[in-house]
Amino acid sequence: MTTIALALTLGLAAGVLSGLFGVGGGILFVPTLVALGLGQIDAQATSLLAIIPTVAAGAWNQRRYGHLRVQSAIVVGLASVAGVEVGARIATGISEGTLRRMFGILLFFVAGQLAFQAYRTTRRYPPSS
Amino acid sequence: MRLVAIGLAAGLFSALFGIGGGIVAVPLLIIVARLPERVATATSLGAIGITAVAGVTVYALRGDVNVGYAALVGIPAAVGALAGTTLQQRIATTTLTYGFALLLAAIGAWLVWP
Repeated sequence: MTTIALALTLGLAAGVLSGLFGVGGGILFVPTLVALGLGQIDAQATSLLAIIPTVAAGAWNQRRYGHLRVQSAIVVGLASVAGVEVGARIATGISEGTLRRMFGILLFFVAGQLAFQAYRTTRRYPPSS
Repeated sequence: MRLVAIGLAAGLFSALFGIGGGIVAVPLLIIVARLPERVATATSLGAIGITAVAGVTVYALRGDVNVGYAALVGIPAAVGALAGTTLQQRIATTTLTYGFALLLAAIGAWLVWP
């Protein structure tokens, strides 16, 4: 019972995160599903199914606000499917630990770049009081 | 053409590191494709939908998808996504970007020190 309440709460939190930042929510789904007793692979597969209603609801709502570019989304989505194929093939042939760390560091740089861009925008166009 | 590259990168990193494509796609849509923040996050949601449908189809053929558990977390998440996207319209773009940058840094830290 507590586990189910926790799953519902984490699901809700994953959805808010997804809607706010345009991500799938898998980052919270997978650990939640593992906590419910699924193995890592089953949790990842099940997370993908949970992502579908989540992003569908978010995309639908964003479309009402006029922010969804349907054509761009289709192009990025289809290209991404191809990218997953390529990634799955080369994933076995490389030293995962080093690559993981390098990618983690790259994310720090991207975070910094985004924050800098936002900071520069505020400096140039200060919010009107 | 840029969008194809963004999609490829998102899928590739997603498969390599087990992170969602949105983490990669959103900053690229903002920095490379120069989309406004809200448009980038909205477009990312649409793209993830397509990738997830393809992924689920592959897994479902092998029989690893637990539909009951997916509904248990996915249905409240759909409600949360409605709330999140509505909330997003009321947040300043810069606040949103700082928030996303923080999320990225947190995931970066988790990748570097698992």
